[in-house]
Amino acid sequence: MKQKKKWSDYLWIVSALYLVLGFFNIMFAWIGLLCFFIPLLIAIFGGSKAYCNRYCGRGQLLYLLGKRFKLSKQRNTPRWMKSKWFRYGFLLFFLTMFGTMLYTTYLVFSETRGLRQVVKLFWTFQLPWNFAYHGSTPLWAAQFAFGFYSLMLTSTLLGSITMFLFKPRSWCVYCPMGTMTQCICKVKNSREIKE
Amino acid sequence: MKKIKRQAVSNKSECVACGVCALECKRQAIQIFKGCYAIVDTSLCVGCGMCEKNCPAGAIEMEVIE
Repeated sequence: MKQKKKWSDYLWIVSALYLVLGFFNIMFAWIGLLCFFIPLLIAIFGGSKAYCNRYCGRGQLLYLLGKRFKLSKQRNTPRWMKSKWFRYGFLLFFLTMFGTMLYTTYLVFSETRGLRQVVKLFWTFQLPWNFAYHGSTPLWAAQFAFGFYSLMLTSTLLGSITMFLFKPRSWCVYCPMGTMTQCICKVKNSREIKE
Repeated sequence: MKKIKRQAVSNKSECVACGVCALECKRQAIQIFKGCYAIVDTSLCVGCGMCEKNCPAGAIEMEVIE
């Protein structure tokens, strides 16, 4: 029996659109903060991972590509990738990189550094991205957009690589937001859970 | 001859609570318990194995039950 689709089953379109919009105007990157705050707020106030379970557009997109379009090799996710030290380690790394990005934004805000119109992939490779910047916004806001879009594009690519190599949603195993929200839920519901 | 019955069993310490299993379960036998881990309703599970097949964390296994 096929279950009826809900509006939330189409959020993968939003996720895909987000990446496309970044090619036209980098300022759209700011919208991505929603995928940062919504899961955290749901976890803190709702005590659940409803975001991961139902509303995560990236998860849906990876699932669609891996399962429907059969791009995934469907192999088991390696043990080290599922391990606690890797999950928490990646979360820590991700937060450090997020902090660095905020610091760069501050440097541009304080006019210590100029705006760099580049998207940095995998925290290493700089791609010129000046075609998506049209001015008329404060420089620091543009710098944040470039930094945040780099983070989003890099993590989508990482997710796609593991989607291809392993299970479609293997990104979910080490997704920093997922690890963080699960952590919050476990602390918040510590009296009711048993392991 | 006795029929072999299988049911899904979730490993709570390995589960990342992503919800793929609950999404795949055609009988709504799996829920994510308070954002922490998957729980299987054994009265609904028919042991089809879809959850096990799609779990990215390998946290669900089918076990033979008596």
